[in-house]
Amino acid sequence: MHQEAAIRPPLILGHRTYGDITTDVTAPIENKASRTWYVLTTLAAIIALYGVACITYLISKGIGTWGLNKTINWAWDITNFVWWVGIGHAGTLISAVLLLFRQKWRMAVNRSAEAMTIFAVMMAAVFPMIHMGRIWLAYFVFPLPNQFGSLWVNFNSALLWDVFAISTYFSVSVVYWYIGLIPDFATLRDHVKLKWQKTMYSVLSFGWTGNAKAWQRFEEVSLVLAGLATPLVFSVHSVVSMDFATSLVPGWHSTIYPPYFVAGAIFSGFAMVQTLLGIMRKAFNLEAYVTRKHVEYMNIVIIVTGGIVAVAYATEFFMGWYSGVEYEYYTYMSVGAATGQYWWAFWALMLCNILIPATLWFKKVRTSFFWSWVISIFINVGMWFERFDIIVLCLHRDYMPSGWTMFYPSWVDVGTFVGTIGIFFTLYLLFARYFPVLALNELKSILKSSGESYKGDVLPKSQH
Amino acid sequence: MANKVIYAVYEDPELLKSAARKLVTAGVQVRDVFSPFPIHGIDPIIGLKRTRMGIVSFMFGIFGLSLALLGTWWMAIYDWPMNIGGKPNQFFYQNVAAFVPVLFEFTVLCAAHGMAITYLIRNKTLPGMPARNPDPRSTNDKFIIELRTADNHAHTAEGITGMLRETDVFEINERQFGA
Repeated sequence: MHQEAAIRPPLILGHRTYGDITTDVTAPIENKASRTWYVLTTLAAIIALYGVACITYLISKGIGTWGLNKTINWAWDITNFVWWVGIGHAGTLISAVLLLFRQKWRMAVNRSAEAMTIFAVMMAAVFPMIHMGRIWLAYFVFPLPNQFGSLWVNFNSALLWDVFAISTYFSVSVVYWYIGLIPDFATLRDHVKLKWQKTMYSVLSFGWTGNAKAWQRFEEVSLVLAGLATPLVFSVHSVVSMDFATSLVPGWHSTIYPPYFVAGAIFSGFAMVQTLLGIMRKAFNLEAYVTRKHVEYMNIVIIVTGGIVAVAYATEFFMGWYSGVEYEYYTYMSVGAATGQYWWAFWALMLCNILIPATLWFKKVRTSFFWSWVISIFINVGMWFERFDIIVLCLHRDYMPSGWTMFYPSWVDVGTFVGTIGIFFTLYLLFARYFPVLALNELKSILKSSGESYKGDVLPKSQH
Repeated sequence: MANKVIYAVYEDPELLKSAARKLVTAGVQVRDVFSPFPIHGIDPIIGLKRTRMGIVSFMFGIFGLSLALLGTWWMAIYDWPMNIGGKPNQFFYQNVAAFVPVLFEFTVLCAAHGMAITYLIRNKTLPGMPARNPDPRSTNDKFIIELRTADNHAHTAEGITGMLRETDVFEINERQFGA
């Protein structure tokens, strides 16, 4: 049996048995949903419908309805895309990278983080699709035979690498998530009483038996998928950064981008996990599983990745200035950005991504549920500003002063962005209501090594 | 003698493991073990061979890489070479560096999905399959050993249950085979 040092804080609080874990996790599914859930879901669904309306309007009228102009020809669309893809990095990082590092605390957060990843990547995929203008030609991003010759895609283009990276990442994340869900669906199937629920979970559990060979294959598949998904996580945001880095625009054309974007993605992804789990542990009474220690572990990841991001900002700022190239004076990390018309966007980034997360260095702050949650919101905002700054600030001072301009979002810009947040939360709330929000069978496997009442000599080993 | 299936139910994976070890030492063949989570170390006791899922993944990865190499060469170099921004697609060896992201992603795509599909088929876990675990509690908090008299001609059903009673068993259920 796996042994754990007695001084390591427990990951499952209280005196719990295997059966208690099942009951705790299935309770929100079996019981009636709370009024809060209905209010939140209705609100999210209304925002989602508004978003769908905005997207429909956008597609029927064309992308001229956005606030883009001749100088700033990429703005909120790509900002939102990169923001969502970044958020979508935490789930697979938690489940794959932390599995390879044998971090047991991942088990309380991996399921909901993976769900978040999948929904975030779906929202990310919306923006490149709609910014094409003619969405009905979207299949042209794939190398398909066509009546033009065949005219193939350009494999040298970073935009095409992105198509492969995002679609691989999305589909592999879904498979990884679902393979982990199958045994938990089987637990639900054997546990729920209502007929429609029994039927639903029977179908979803694919007839899982949980025999020794199945579990042996399960563990091997989880490990190999983790090994495949780990380089995938790093490759995806590297490729996203190359959308900018392989161009010639000052501020974008920068070799620091891939590692810096990956760190930023993990930074924002963990912030979103904190935001969602902060609400969920209260709403679903998961205080015993998502403990102060879990929050602290995640905050430490945020400190590390946030630190990498801060160093990258400083490097960008210095290198731009040191190059002496006048165009660098107006990039997103420059004196021009800090004092120019977009000073507020520059300082919002500094405040939300460096100054406020720096308070996590204090143990009191990073072990506080409330402050972790508040800081996570600031990081979410800050990471949106990072992408906004990179895209809009680098473009808004064109090579000719006659092209200098500002970006003003239209109501369609705002509607599509807010709408995707609505769709994301609708999907997430539905997931939280009908799916096991914790990897309950994985948690059972660490109960007797990391459960509070099994650590030290609180109870004799033979007792459960 | 009627064929019987015996299910020995345990409350803890460690108890099940020591019971399985005791049975196997006495020459009883264990048919299968059902549990809510993987029991580490049970495979060698009941004589399970190592799974070949990792090899499957590797083969699918090689397949994906080969297909991606062939596809990029055929589409970008052979069938319709394009000259974009003064960077012609003339020779594969000159362009392959730019294809690396696509080659990598496609390799991972094939390796992951190929293994996942093989896994689902081999486990007989597919949409619409009925549940085949002997006891609904085996996905919750019970750990079950399945024994069959048909596998153990040297022992009687009573002899096996007698041995089981000496372990920390929670309950013993017997069924007629096929019932």
